[in-house]
Amino acid sequence: MQINDLLNHTSEWLKGTGPNSDIVISSRIRLARNLNKIPFPHWANKAQLDEVVDKVGQAMANVDLLKKSTLFELANLDSIDKQFLVERHLMSIEHTQKTEHKAVLVGEEEITAVMINEEDHLRIQLMQSGFNLFEAWNIINAVDDDLAKLLDYAFLADFGYLTACPTNTGTGMRGSVMLHLPALVMSRQIERVLAAIAKLSFTTRGLYGEGTQASGNFFQISNQVSLGHSENEIIENINGLIRQIIEQETQAREIMLSKSKEVLEDRINRSLGILKSARIITSQETIELLSMIRLGSDIGMIKDIDRRIINELFITTQPAHLQKLENKKLSSQERDLKRAELIRRKLNLL
Amino acid sequence: MLCDICGKNPATVHLTEIIDEQMNELHLCEDCARDKSAAMEQQFGLSDLLAGMANFQKPSIEKEEAVIAKCPSCGLTYADFKKIGRLGCGECYNVFRKYLAPLLKRIHGSNQHIGKTPSKIKTASRVYKRKTGLQELKNQLLEAIQREAFEEAARLRDIIKEIESKNKGKEG
Repeated sequence: MQINDLLNHTSEWLKGTGPNSDIVISSRIRLARNLNKIPFPHWANKAQLDEVVDKVGQAMANVDLLKKSTLFELANLDSIDKQFLVERHLMSIEHTQKTEHKAVLVGEEEITAVMINEEDHLRIQLMQSGFNLFEAWNIINAVDDDLAKLLDYAFLADFGYLTACPTNTGTGMRGSVMLHLPALVMSRQIERVLAAIAKLSFTTRGLYGEGTQASGNFFQISNQVSLGHSENEIIENINGLIRQIIEQETQAREIMLSKSKEVLEDRINRSLGILKSARIITSQETIELLSMIRLGSDIGMIKDIDRRIINELFITTQPAHLQKLENKKLSSQERDLKRAELIRRKLNLL
Repeated sequence: MLCDICGKNPATVHLTEIIDEQMNELHLCEDCARDKSAAMEQQFGLSDLLAGMANFQKPSIEKEEAVIAKCPSCGLTYADFKKIGRLGCGECYNVFRKYLAPLLKRIHGSNQHIGKTPSKIKTASRVYKRKTGLQELKNQLLEAIQREAFEEAARLRDIIKEIESKNKGKEG
């Protein structure tokens, strides 16, 4: 598989299916693992980093669930390719920096992805559409079991899986759920919700993980605590919180529909109008307007546009995706033109 | 430094006691250490514990020493960790256990893992329980105390206690 092959596919998590997919975009579990007796990536020398890439690469070739995956060495990728993988949520922004001895393994349908030599030797992630953390856990748990037969993990009975940063020690697990909460944002209740989440030791991030701002009404919520609870307990805790947020968003949507339906209809249709007609559009404006038509589709105000097309546009209108589609470098102004063109084509079904 | 018990002779034996997960440091003269040893022998049935401790003239780690403590496996010092916020390797968790255990507790509200265990280690620990004799466990306890792996020491102590009480039960 080549990077370009990914362009013609929809990632599993963008399919717009799965439980509560009107509010929950995707569920993701990531496990941090390190090899015993080799320093963590930031502290390892080049030979040790290469040893990790070799060992992990070999092990992964022998794990059934990862057999159809492709390993990309980051030093061989250009900056657009790297950004492209970040936009598809297959790796972190951090992984694009200092790319020597780093790799990323991309699984079939982009359900699994493994970063090698990011902050830890392995960062295994599993993505599912909709509200589906347990399903994600079941699959990633099996992958992890298979890898553990082939690799010696750094582990202590009392501290659990040992990670470069003590904030990940224990289960090494982070479960995140990507939510679309336009009604809570519009009704100005979101601040209250986010404050409550922070008090419960969960983290809220933007569309692209650590250090990114929430935009287009998208919020990624994940656990902070990874030690002292079992994986199932951690997931149950996140699920409990997410269920409450889903309920609040649902209520907020219902209230808006009953009290200010015309205003909502106006906003959604104006958004659709702009997207269908604009000739120049930035990625920020795109995300905000797509968020409105996604809401329109979820509450049945927009019926003739498939949710999957809307979901795909969130990703394909990003800078690296546009440049991949055009197969050349584009300036920011050129991208705004191409972006508008792509959206018009997709939404007007041209 | 004078002996914590008699307060007269200089302290040459430095001992760490773990009672109900609470850690106490004792600095003793040789005489008091011998008495203490007899008391501990009764308590844990570990005749060689204090003898080993007495031969092992490692001074207790004071705060400044925490900063220069170094992981023998990867060379990272605790000062490095404080500066960069990342450990150097898995072994660092054993070496800096004394400082990391409370830190992990502050971060996560706990420092005891109860999630999954890699399958290889599961098999290994079964063998360890079956094959490891009492003497070997005692050696491991001593070794754990020497490298100041106190929580591991406490765990080993509990295992030893359990085996000894079971043995007593069998004898009786």
